[in-house]
Amino acid sequence: MLRMPEPDQAVVSRREAIAEALRAIVPGEGVIVDEAALRAYESDGLTAYRQPPLIAVLPQTTEQVSEVLRYCHENHIKVVPRGAGTSLSGGALPLADGILLGLGKFNRILDVDFANRCVVAQPGVTNLGITDAVARAGFYYAPDPSSQIACSVGGNVAENSGGVHCLKYGLTTNNVLGLEIVLIDGTILRVGGKHLDAGGYDILGLMTGSEGLLGVVTEVTLRILKSPETARALLLGFPSSEQAGDCVAAVIGAGIIAGGMEMMDRPAIHAAEDFVHAGYPLDVEALLIVELDGPKAEVDHLIEQVSAIAKASGAVTSRASTSEEERLTFWAGRKAAFPAVGRISPDYYCMDGTIPRGKLPIVLGRIREMSETYGLRVANVFHAGDGNLHPLILYDANEPDELDRAERFGAEILKLCVEVGGVLTGEHGVGVEKRDLMGTMFSEADLNQQQRVKCAFDPDALLNPGKVFPELHRCAELGRIHVHRGQLPFPDLPRF
Amino acid sequence: MSTTFRPETIEQVAEAVSWAAAEETPLEVIGHGSMRGFGRPVQTGYEIDLSALSGITLYEPDELVLSARAGTPMAEIRAALAEKNQHLAFEPADLGPLYGAAAGAGSIGGVLACNLAGPRRIKAGAARDHFLGLHAVSGRGEAYKSGGRVVKNVTGYDLCKLLAGSHGTLSVLAEVTVKVLPVPEKTRTVLLHGLDDAGAGTAMQRAMNSAHEVSGAAHLPASVAAVIGVPRVAEVGAAVTAVRVEGPGVSVDYRCATLRRELADLGETSELHSDNSRLLWEEVRDVRPLLSAPDTALWRLSVPPSAGPAVAARIAAESKALYYFDWSGGLIWLALPLVGSAAADAGAALVRGALTASGGHATLIRAPAELRAAVPVFQPQDEPSAALTARVKDSFDPNRVLNPGRMYAGL
Ligand SMILES: Cc1cc2nc3c(=O)[nH]c(=O)nc-3n(C[C@H](O)[C@H](O)[C@H](O)COP(=O)(O)OP(=O)(O)OC[C@H]3O[C@@H](n4cnc5c(N)ncnc54)[C@H](O)[C@@H]3O)c2cc1C
Repeated sequence: MLRMPEPDQAVVSRREAIAEALRAIVPGEGVIVDEAALRAYESDGLTAYRQPPLIAVLPQTTEQVSEVLRYCHENHIKVVPRGAGTSLSGGALPLADGILLGLGKFNRILDVDFANRCVVAQPGVTNLGITDAVARAGFYYAPDPSSQIACSVGGNVAENSGGVHCLKYGLTTNNVLGLEIVLIDGTILRVGGKHLDAGGYDILGLMTGSEGLLGVVTEVTLRILKSPETARALLLGFPSSEQAGDCVAAVIGAGIIAGGMEMMDRPAIHAAEDFVHAGYPLDVEALLIVELDGPKAEVDHLIEQVSAIAKASGAVTSRASTSEEERLTFWAGRKAAFPAVGRISPDYYCMDGTIPRGKLPIVLGRIREMSETYGLRVANVFHAGDGNLHPLILYDANEPDELDRAERFGAEILKLCVEVGGVLTGEHGVGVEKRDLMGTMFSEADLNQQQRVKCAFDPDALLNPGKVFPELHRCAELGRIHVHRGQLPFPDLPRF
Repeated sequence: MSTTFRPETIEQVAEAVSWAAAEETPLEVIGHGSMRGFGRPVQTGYEIDLSALSGITLYEPDELVLSARAGTPMAEIRAALAEKNQHLAFEPADLGPLYGAAAGAGSIGGVLACNLAGPRRIKAGAARDHFLGLHAVSGRGEAYKSGGRVVKNVTGYDLCKLLAGSHGTLSVLAEVTVKVLPVPEKTRTVLLHGLDDAGAGTAMQRAMNSAHEVSGAAHLPASVAAVIGVPRVAEVGAAVTAVRVEGPGVSVDYRCATLRRELADLGETSELHSDNSRLLWEEVRDVRPLLSAPDTALWRLSVPPSAGPAVAARIAAESKALYYFDWSGGLIWLALPLVGSAAADAGAALVRGALTASGGHATLIRAPAELRAAVPVFQPQDEPSAALTARVKDSFDPNRVLNPGRMYAGL
């Protein structure tokens, strides 16, 4: 288990006074101190970690957020922002000496602008809520995390969330046009808008994926797209994951960027089939779902092409959807993969590394070996198009050391991802979970530069401390330049 | 005369910048120098020229990824990609000729540092959306890396985005990794003849709001269409609105025919095929219609797409500006004669005044150096944004040695 920083007892002992001050900013029910009520916030989607916050605050306006943050800044109180609490990396895990700032009441769509193809929304609106607001006109919001009915768009921005359609349509960061942000000192900042590029330093790009460490998002402007005319899916079964991997490479090599390309391994296929009866073949090692979208003529043409490539790559099952119902059935198993695995094991732990696609066979092979070593089963689902791997490690938290083993197993998988040229997290974020692994991917110099950026936003490290960085250096220390004056500079450096 | 360092390794870059930081001596950062006229003029005694830090270090077409040292010529990158029928989907503009450089002279580092993007921006995003990883040297002289070589990556802050469009003011890029994509099999452009700006706005919006995955939407008023280097466009003899579709052949044929039908009530239509289509979008991308407009200030306005025509109308009512629209109206290229009050401010008051209602920003892309020194080249920021910009600058470059003043005076 990872450790969080020691709570500051001086702050904990001032709890009453802090609650009083917050009530002056957010009246009514918006300040929660009741132990039972606070328990609702004690964890996010990484349920192995639990910690009720000191106080929860649920502001309703940007001005309230600004005043709460200014108060916390002036009084040196830590703040953890929270959207819907579905983070799988413990990003919204509260602190015993910190305030939990819930954005749940920011749940309104502010503007639907078809002329500029965008929606302005408050951060607590759900991901699916954006699509729901524009579906009547045939539009949708492209990034579609599996948690889309629950997760908030503010959380999506903080985590730079993705979904099965990222390869073609991009992640959250490619679909955010504007933000309103409140900094820890209460400053309200507007970045971007309905125009395509924000101008100045790319604060939009920096904020997206910053896991609540740089500022609180109070408004988002998101790009929407017209829904494709048609979509069809191919269900492809392979005798080995190598062949499925070859097929993915060959599809991309042929210049085809599919709407979605998802892979599942044998344990995942079986769990999903038992759960939803999607008609998956049970005698294959790897299943690939390839979705093609666009005009009918294009989709039919590409279905032919991909079928031929799959056959050449050794597919033993190949079925193309012929109706919308069938397409959705193909997806039903994949979409239910997490809960399906949840049925065959008391607990599971979802990993999220990204690897260069070509390394898939090596990585799956090594994961199988590790599974033996740790004595824990694993099922793999994989955003094959972009190399984002989700091994689900099955364990039982009631067994004395299984959680610990699952965590060590997970950490080893992530280190392997980095070793083969990939990264620790593709879309779930570092949070608490991968915090202590940052050193496997980044040197001290890399992390120091990141922390200096943090200092530009939050010099006292009050926003979401204990997340992302294994240790926080003091900003004053990081700012120092070590001067080697008087040295003969660059004796070997070519100059003209 | 200034002294030029021409490092061949990232260590040498770090050495030069460390020295500059210690001595608090500003450095001008240059890729191939093709866009030195972009931004506020920088005057330094020392330059760091990255042209010797060159070469593609990794190219895996199946993985859709390419890494190269920052000084690698764009020409070399384009050629390597073309061999595998791939490209940079953000369609980087070649703006060097605006500043007197030869066509195709830039470096990959320069393209990313300026966050250039062409007409396909509306579908594929800008340079920042394709920038996956970097090795760089901060203004402190410290080498660091960020990002990686995979598309999906949320490990740590996305410093690639922050450095894209920072014009060399935060760090010196040493090596970069970008996402590459297959070249679409076919391209075709639907032309609408003779629309006024507002009518073109309607047409482009209709095309963009269709399911046809439009990858370019531009409007060239008659005076601009007349000087386009594509005879099939110039000979229309009127304004031309262009809508591009790309993809597999069957799909492009279908979408092109459907778009023509769907736009037919707005005016006469025609279509451009492969080479003509490609040429038109290159002209639009590289601002060639306004390339030689003499005695003008060249502006680039980024506005909400639906506001484009009204913003241009406001400026045109007070000046003899030549202009055209890209990005479905969201990008306006505008050449403003340096006469009257514009002789003193390059038209900044007029241009920036025209976007207060709609939001957006205006950049002075080309103007005599005295004007670029006197007038904010980049959109002036409000107080909170300016303060944050300064803190971000200092977090990379506390002694402000990298391209000082290039983006904002004093920074
Ligand atoms: C079953 C399941 C499936 C999932 N599938 C996917 C998937 O396919 N793809 C994917 O990318 N993710 C997936 N996730 C992860 C998760 O849903 C996303 O990370 C989501 O974006 C989190 O949103 P949230 O509103 O729940 O944020 P929270 O969990 O509340 O918070 C996440 C982080 O964002 C910060 N934050 C939240 N709101 C704000 C704000 N307004 N301003 C500043 N910081 C803020 C928090 O401090 C925290 O660090 C899944 C999760 C579950 C439980």
